[in-house]
Amino acid sequence: MNQWKNFTKGFIRENPILVLVLGTCPTLAVTSSAANGIGMGLATTFVLACSNMVVTLAKGIIPDKVRIPSFIVIIASFVTIVELVMQAYTPSLYDALGIFIPLIVVNCIVLGRAEAFASKNTFVSSAVDGLGMGLGFTLALFVLGSIREMLGTGAILGHKFIEGDGILVFILAPGAFICLGFLIALVNKLKKRMA
Amino acid sequence: MAKKESTLKNMIFALAVISLVASLALGGIYNLTKEPIAEARSAKAKQAIMEVIPEFDTLKVFKALPADGTDSLTFSLGYKGDSLVGIAVATYSNKGYASTPIQLMVGFLPDSSIKNISVVQQKETPGLGTKMAEPKFKDQFNGIKPESFSMKVKKDGGDVDAITAATISSRAFCDAVGRAYNTLKSEGGNIK
Repeated sequence: MNQWKNFTKGFIRENPILVLVLGTCPTLAVTSSAANGIGMGLATTFVLACSNMVVTLAKGIIPDKVRIPSFIVIIASFVTIVELVMQAYTPSLYDALGIFIPLIVVNCIVLGRAEAFASKNTFVSSAVDGLGMGLGFTLALFVLGSIREMLGTGAILGHKFIEGDGILVFILAPGAFICLGFLIALVNKLKKRMA
Repeated sequence: MAKKESTLKNMIFALAVISLVASLALGGIYNLTKEPIAEARSAKAKQAIMEVIPEFDTLKVFKALPADGTDSLTFSLGYKGDSLVGIAVATYSNKGYASTPIQLMVGFLPDSSIKNISVVQQKETPGLGTKMAEPKFKDQFNGIKPESFSMKVKKDGGDVDAITAATISSRAFCDAVGRAYNTLKSEGGNIK
């Protein structure tokens, strides 16, 4: 398989949020600012790449009927490792992202890629797939977070460009649904034009 | 490698091996990171104390149980030479929007007015309750004397400007500050 194509498919063509619509729960919850989106995205990318690699190595010893619990144990272990290491060596980063880290376990993108890709493909392809999908997830979270932050608080990455509070609904849950809906529509239109 | 059959023996074996490896890895990482985490926490607490009370040379620390809570508050008395310059109270509230308690460090001057407040830990809603750590909200407490100030949000008839769309988090913040002040008053005899 063409690794470059494999890497970039997560950006638009098979974007986990905007096309596969996986992992919308953390997406809606954390994208109230652009920085939150980037942080959550990068942490997920790390877990996704690591768990994909381990799942493809371990696929030989895992019988089909217990694959889901096995994958969950692997994913949860990586999430806990990320959490502990961040807490110990980068406490300020942990303060900013700590609340999102445990959410990664229940993010179905990670399980989805383990199930749909890593359990069937080679080590290198799976690692590339994890990285690409993670970056695509990060990109989508960043765009969604930027839009909501701009409309909701009048700031971008914490820098205010309009005084006052902004349209508060965009920071709240309904704003997340509205923005995500429009973004999915836009990407679908783009995809149609590309095809 | 061929796929393993889903026999009971194979399933139990696979799960046991994976869980064993995962628990060994986690145990190892936990042991490695235990000390750095504790160090990072105490450095953070010290940093918070320095933020909320005036410059000090020595600290005297004691714990006191508040009248309306199950966990004790930690009082850190800051001295410059022999005179008391400030009291940093590590306080908490369980009334926040998240299940994790909100932890604040409230700095009092010896006349029991509030010098400054620092948010040590909070897991409120990102973008809403998390604004409690921003100066716009927390600095409204600086310089006030809690005995002549109603430590409630305006919606409840108090003097505090709540964060828009985060009234519960604002109430919890007031709850924590109020607990610090009340305990400070009841412990008055120990503070010299």
